[in-house]
Amino acid sequence: MADGIYLDNNATTMVAPEVVEAMLPFFTEQFGNPSSLHQFGDKVGRALKKARKQVQALLGAEHDSEIIFTSCGTESDSTAILSALKAQPERKEIITTVVEHPAVLTLCEQLEKDGYIVHYLKVDKRGRLDIQEYYDLLSDQVAIVSVMWANNESGTLFPVEEMAEMARSAGVMFHTDAVQAVGKLPIDLKETSIDMLSLSGHKLHAPKGIGVLYLRRGVRFRPLLRGGHQERGRRAGTENATSIVGLGKACEMASEAMEFEKSFVRAMRDRLEQGILSQVSHCFVTGDPNNRLPNTCNIAFEYIEGEAILLLLNKMGIAASSGSACTSGSLEPSHVMRAMDIPFTAAHGSVRFSLSRYNTMEEIERVIEAVPPIVEQLRKLSPYWADGGPVEEPEKAFAPKYA
Amino acid sequence: MWDYSEKVKEHFFAPRNAGAVDGANAVGDVGSLSCGDALRLTLKVDPESETILDAGFQTFGCGSAIASSSALTEIIKGMNIDAALQVSNQDIADYLDGLPPEKMHCSVMGREALQAAVANYRGEEWVDDHEEGALICKCFAVDAVMIEETIRANDLSTVEEVTNYTKAGGGCSACHEGIEEILMKVMDERGETFDPTAVAGEIKKPTSGLTNLQRMKRIEELLEEIRPNLQRDHGDVELVEVDGKYIYVKMIGACAGCQMASTTLGGIQQHLAEGLGEFIQVLPAEELARRAAMGA
Repeated sequence: MADGIYLDNNATTMVAPEVVEAMLPFFTEQFGNPSSLHQFGDKVGRALKKARKQVQALLGAEHDSEIIFTSCGTESDSTAILSALKAQPERKEIITTVVEHPAVLTLCEQLEKDGYIVHYLKVDKRGRLDIQEYYDLLSDQVAIVSVMWANNESGTLFPVEEMAEMARSAGVMFHTDAVQAVGKLPIDLKETSIDMLSLSGHKLHAPKGIGVLYLRRGVRFRPLLRGGHQERGRRAGTENATSIVGLGKACEMASEAMEFEKSFVRAMRDRLEQGILSQVSHCFVTGDPNNRLPNTCNIAFEYIEGEAILLLLNKMGIAASSGSACTSGSLEPSHVMRAMDIPFTAAHGSVRFSLSRYNTMEEIERVIEAVPPIVEQLRKLSPYWADGGPVEEPEKAFAPKYA
Repeated sequence: MWDYSEKVKEHFFAPRNAGAVDGANAVGDVGSLSCGDALRLTLKVDPESETILDAGFQTFGCGSAIASSSALTEIIKGMNIDAALQVSNQDIADYLDGLPPEKMHCSVMGREALQAAVANYRGEEWVDDHEEGALICKCFAVDAVMIEETIRANDLSTVEEVTNYTKAGGGCSACHEGIEEILMKVMDERGETFDPTAVAGEIKKPTSGLTNLQRMKRIEELLEEIRPNLQRDHGDVELVEVDGKYIYVKMIGACAGCQMASTTLGGIQQHLAEGLGEFIQVLPAEELARRAAMGA
């Protein structure tokens, strides 16, 4: 791995060396178009077939034809939601959650402008849904439910299998954005009622620019891109053969590493969390600690701001990310932190550490050493902090005029 | 990650004047709603000379907020408070070799903290005079409030007009959808419907029918109208020569050498063409020299 300690694997992951190796021939000698009849195309066509099987195995899909290769998770999300609307024009409602990824939220906001009714399920302070609220919204007016499997910021898991069952009983299609869950949690789609699922290659050590939409056999579907017969006409456009081969290999490796994720990656995450919490005062874990991804730890450091923390971490070669307003291009504080009603003096200081199987316990120990002095340094600059602790009644002692 | 200048990084990693000043007699607490950043500025002002003897900051905020606070204290130390009040947010940004457009509000927060601190010193109540909206045009850092107010005040109805008045949308065009949404909202308020195919300010006649002198004076007047926009960005424009339909101007200050100069010229050209009611072409003064050299 490159110099530095990379703890931002929910943003993207390193492409596994074995994946790169599997891909290389497809840039050079194996350049054929899989649609072609001749030997050049045929070999690539066979490689895609193998990759499709590898993805199918990781997802536990019943048929390999349920796997549609796309360009990314966002395309898969858009395809799923727009397909459901197009295939059921009489249904004008969508159910989703307030903490979805922008790939779903921004699309839903646009659909509202087009006249659709979108129900956004709220979360509690631990980031959990109210299943009764969800149940009450299911009706024959709802075209699709789209709920993420695992939250990218807090790692909190939603009970999508249970929710999919409820949707099926109500005769409603169910889609899940599982880009953070695939490869980190065991998934067996044939045993669930999930109709559609999005995954993204670069979250599981495959390259960027490749995604998958799982589409259960029998679910009504309308393509987003029409054109050639690729992906059985469900996603036209010449296949990104090299990346598909890479994703296949990455899925195979993820299946093999699943136990390691559940045990060792989790142990590293727990050590990191305990190491920081035991040394730094006035910080807490966000989301639902008892029900989350094994690799994710999101800590809110009160009275300081996330971007400043990240810049100082970066100076020490440590890469993480933050839910603070200032780290996103939009200047909006994280909608996930706001949805969980985290006070803004803490939400702005939330830092996400997301691990992978390529991290080591030694790296974790170095991060545990690095964090406390950084927090202390920034708190010294904070108007909410004085003499080694928060000022008395911080919100009253410092109540600036907001412009 | 943000494209911070070396100066911003330096002031973030080694901030100057961090912490509250001992014996401070002026305090300014302000925050920026769009970012959640907040800043407390403490000053020690000499009551005799009204000179700022010492300045310190405490900031809850991102890298550029801390750097802007640090820069502000460096700029104003030793200044008379009246002189210090002249420090603009652009001065703070310039001191740091610029800030990304999304982060300009950090420098605004610095200027406001200073105003609040001086008001506090003088026993006055500081009233904030500006409202900041969501950033729409990232190329020229124009926010939604500014666009909305400009549309309302000038009865604008096309994206082109908004670009001419505010510069928003004059760069990469990514914000045109956002500008259209604001147009739709404001036009709806005044009982009109936004028409995406409408053309800005129709040019009626091919010639103005003015005498040469009248035309020259009219050009000067029209340039005067857009000058405040340029001056707001520390730039200016000067009329050099009028040769038939070619009008030569010189860009001054921040406008000279600005990478958006051609866009600015385009805006000036549009304004002049509409005001004169004829087709004209606005060219940079260098072009006049070039044409002369070629004997054209």
